[in-house]
Amino acid sequence: MNELIFFFNNVIVSGAVLGCVYALGAVGITLIFGILRFAHFAHGDMMTMGGFITFVLAGLVTAAGIAFPLPTGFVVLPVAMVLAALIALGLDKAFYAPLRLRGAKPVTLLIASIGVTLMIQGLIRLIFGTGTYTFFAEEPKRLIRIDTEWLGATRPIAMTEPHVLLFIVTLVSVVALHYFLTRSRLGKAMRAMADNPDLAQVSGINTQLVVRVTWLIAGSLACAAGTMLALDVTLKPDLAFNIVLPIFAAAIVGGLGHAYGAIAGGFLLGFAETLSVFNWTVLLRPISGIFPEWVSLPGNLSIVPTEYKLSVAFVILVITLLVRPTGIFKGASS
Amino acid sequence: MKRSLLLFAGLFVLVILVGLATGAPFTSRLLVEAAAYALIALGLNIQWGYGGLFNFGILGFIMVGGFATMFVSYPVNAAFWGSDGPMMLGRALLAFGAGALLVIGARRLDRFGITGKLRTTAIVLAWIFAYILYRSQIDPAAAYIESTAGFVGGLGLHPVLGWAFGGVLAAGVAYIIGKICLGLRTDYLAIATIGIAEIIRALIKNMEWLTRGTLTVTPIPWPTPLPQQLQTMGFDPSSSFVWARLGFFALVLIVLVLVLVLLHRAYGGPWGRMMRAIRDNHIAAGSMGKDVTGRQLEIFVLGSVLMGIGGAMLVSFTQILDPNSYQPINHTFLVWVMLIVGGAGNNLGAVFGAVLIWIVWVMSDSVSQGLFTIVSNWTEAIGWGAIPDITTRSVQMRVFVLGLVITIALRYAPRGLLPEVIRRER
Amino acid sequence: MALLSLEKVVGGYGGAPILNGVDIAIERSDIGVIVGPNGAGKSTTLKAIFGLLKVTGGAILFEGEEIANSLPDKLVPRGLSFVPQEKNVFTSLSVEENLEMGAFTRRDDFRPTRDWVYSMFPVLAEKRRQAAGELSGGQRQMVAMGRALMSQPKLLMLDEPSAGLSPRYVIEIFEQIVKVNAEGVGILMVEQNARQALAFATRGFVLAGGQNRFTGTGPELIADPEVAKSFLGG
Repeated sequence: MNELIFFFNNVIVSGAVLGCVYALGAVGITLIFGILRFAHFAHGDMMTMGGFITFVLAGLVTAAGIAFPLPTGFVVLPVAMVLAALIALGLDKAFYAPLRLRGAKPVTLLIASIGVTLMIQGLIRLIFGTGTYTFFAEEPKRLIRIDTEWLGATRPIAMTEPHVLLFIVTLVSVVALHYFLTRSRLGKAMRAMADNPDLAQVSGINTQLVVRVTWLIAGSLACAAGTMLALDVTLKPDLAFNIVLPIFAAAIVGGLGHAYGAIAGGFLLGFAETLSVFNWTVLLRPISGIFPEWVSLPGNLSIVPTEYKLSVAFVILVITLLVRPTGIFKGASS
Repeated sequence: MKRSLLLFAGLFVLVILVGLATGAPFTSRLLVEAAAYALIALGLNIQWGYGGLFNFGILGFIMVGGFATMFVSYPVNAAFWGSDGPMMLGRALLAFGAGALLVIGARRLDRFGITGKLRTTAIVLAWIFAYILYRSQIDPAAAYIESTAGFVGGLGLHPVLGWAFGGVLAAGVAYIIGKICLGLRTDYLAIATIGIAEIIRALIKNMEWLTRGTLTVTPIPWPTPLPQQLQTMGFDPSSSFVWARLGFFALVLIVLVLVLVLLHRAYGGPWGRMMRAIRDNHIAAGSMGKDVTGRQLEIFVLGSVLMGIGGAMLVSFTQILDPNSYQPINHTFLVWVMLIVGGAGNNLGAVFGAVLIWIVWVMSDSVSQGLFTIVSNWTEAIGWGAIPDITTRSVQMRVFVLGLVITIALRYAPRGLLPEVIRRER
Repeated sequence: MALLSLEKVVGGYGGAPILNGVDIAIERSDIGVIVGPNGAGKSTTLKAIFGLLKVTGGAILFEGEEIANSLPDKLVPRGLSFVPQEKNVFTSLSVEENLEMGAFTRRDDFRPTRDWVYSMFPVLAEKRRQAAGELSGGQRQMVAMGRALMSQPKLLMLDEPSAGLSPRYVIEIFEQIVKVNAEGVGILMVEQNARQALAFATRGFVLAGGQNRFTGTGPELIADPEVAKSFLGG
């Protein structure tokens, strides 16, 4: 039983954590792709930027001597999300909108987004240096333990407070997004524009407004993802630059432009990564009695070595692109 | 023509100015690296400018080239060849071959009437079995080599052969990637190539038995005399650096000019015309009976060869293979900025952009350090205190500058400083 | 004063103009039909009215006001509506959501209009929750028309509403168009099925080379031997 608890703590929880972060990021990328038809590369750095905005706000609040029962970074998150959304809007106005107006190809916008990514990253490093920051310098990172004696195990189910908060934030975001897309006028207009931009224009839909709303949503979700990731691990300037590719992989696996696909793709990749580096010997050892004599369990029986954890996402991405470039959930809509 | 003469004259003046400001040793190093990057940018120009192929995995090809030159030119590791290592590696290679045959066999099952789901299952099973087979042989071999001999070592051949091998190896990798990915849409191709480059990076970083991984391999020999060798011949230390680097530069320059001349002739001929036709309208070109995919693969491989050679030169020059030093910013995005600023579709533009952006990239560090110091002195004077960590921060300035340059270029000179010359056909 | 009038309109996609002086006048009670050979500028005329391409000369007046080069999000609230020829439904949205998108510019309660559309196309009411992409060609055309009617237009413009439909559906769609017109919506449409469409047109325009060749009521044009010979296939 302890082994199963170990499996739960190390695979289910961390896979879900990774999945949540991927999903929150991938939704933004997929929405931007659906509306503006280009791969927005700066999304990873918008996440990092969101993390730093929250960090600064949390620092201000702590400096003011205000304390909360929850992590300060989490409490100030809504404010940071608003700020990040406005910055996302500004980035669009300054760098993407002029190119769109000129009728630039999606590729040009993609390259522009790399320019934006470099500028954000450069600015963050210029201001904050290359060091690592933590949200928990002044307050403890609480651990949540669930006793499992009733299951006959001695090891507790354990996760940190940021994990639980991340699950909650993701759940709330996904539900809110669902209601926005299916119930609100603007959300439906977003889906309409992703479906058929020309017809959306002909119908009199205010496409400029839809574009703005898209940036607001993508920016605030990126901020949430970056902050929650930073709460879980630590905050550093290249926090999200390294996971922007798995996030893209998640969006593509889910089918670019499909919000629900991106969420599913995020969790799929998150679990795939943790499952593939998990040492299965741990689970097999208690039942080693059922194997014949000549089978001896190796010390490490993971599908891929831990160093290649990130590569798992890329392999899945490449396979998806080859086998079903439209994403594995195509057919659900469209 | 007049425009390019003017721009290159300006570039020459800029190099002189940099030389005056930073001294000859620094400038000679800058020139070597700029020339190697020019070769890489030419490779990208072939792929993107000629072929319209969106390669975002430049980093992977540069790394492959770097590994190749290390492998060919680094001295032979006797400890490895005297051990059981070669034997175990041979077995791993056999396992790899057997696995590859298995997968190929499974893919050909349709010839025996096994199709659909059954064939797919067989292919998946073949992959799994091949993977397990290979892992069962390579894991012990890798552990053994790492513990007894450190790593495989090199072949001890001439570095120029290493450069050539860099091109060949990059070509091989490009062929495989091209076969897999070239059918994809532009933005998917970009992401797929980034993904593959990251896989290559992870491999080179973690295959310690082959590359020593993060332990790094150094010193990798030069094709031309090293400063130390010149010193034994009676040069004083400071001028020995300059002359040795200029020697290296001359070699790189010869390769660069050779490539430029060959490309110019090829691009002006029927081959180039066909390439432009395919890029501008591959559907029409395809309907005219041109083998579009085949040509695109050709172009992808050719461009990657130049990237491999350029990457090999960079490793030879710095004498160290350090997988950690490879970053998408320095090795993929930087090259893209070079090409876009220089002018996609124009070889001279690619070279111009490479040299200019390399100078901007290198110099923005010291310039921003100067700026920071001025601001810091000012804030200190008015009582706000000095800015901490000026050196580490100003290094990051160039990332911002790079981003700024690319967005400005896209907005105000989307076709580059030396735009493609559209020749009127017929 | 006509509801919509085009006077000597010149325009195109940049480069040589496609329209070289088109004159059209439509009242709210009219069914206007534009016919003509391929490349005559029929669809282009509709797009020019709807601001989808550049108008460089002449005037387009809607209720007496100049609307040339206004964008759709300004035109729809004024009472103009357009059904493109192809890709004219949001395939991944439900029928009801498609209709709702037609009412995007409205701030008031659009449910009465929706019910009115359903009463006109009862089959849509049955399939209101279904994705529009799953419907047949004729039903999609109804969704497209329904969507365009949701903004309560004074003038509905249709680009080849019968294209790609089976003969049975062509008749049905034409019947629907007449019915819509009877509800007080002016119609301006481009048609390939020229003879069939002109039969019920109160105003017909024969375009060729981006200019008017003949103008008259539908039956007049059909009766004109010259029109019949050159444009209606004898």
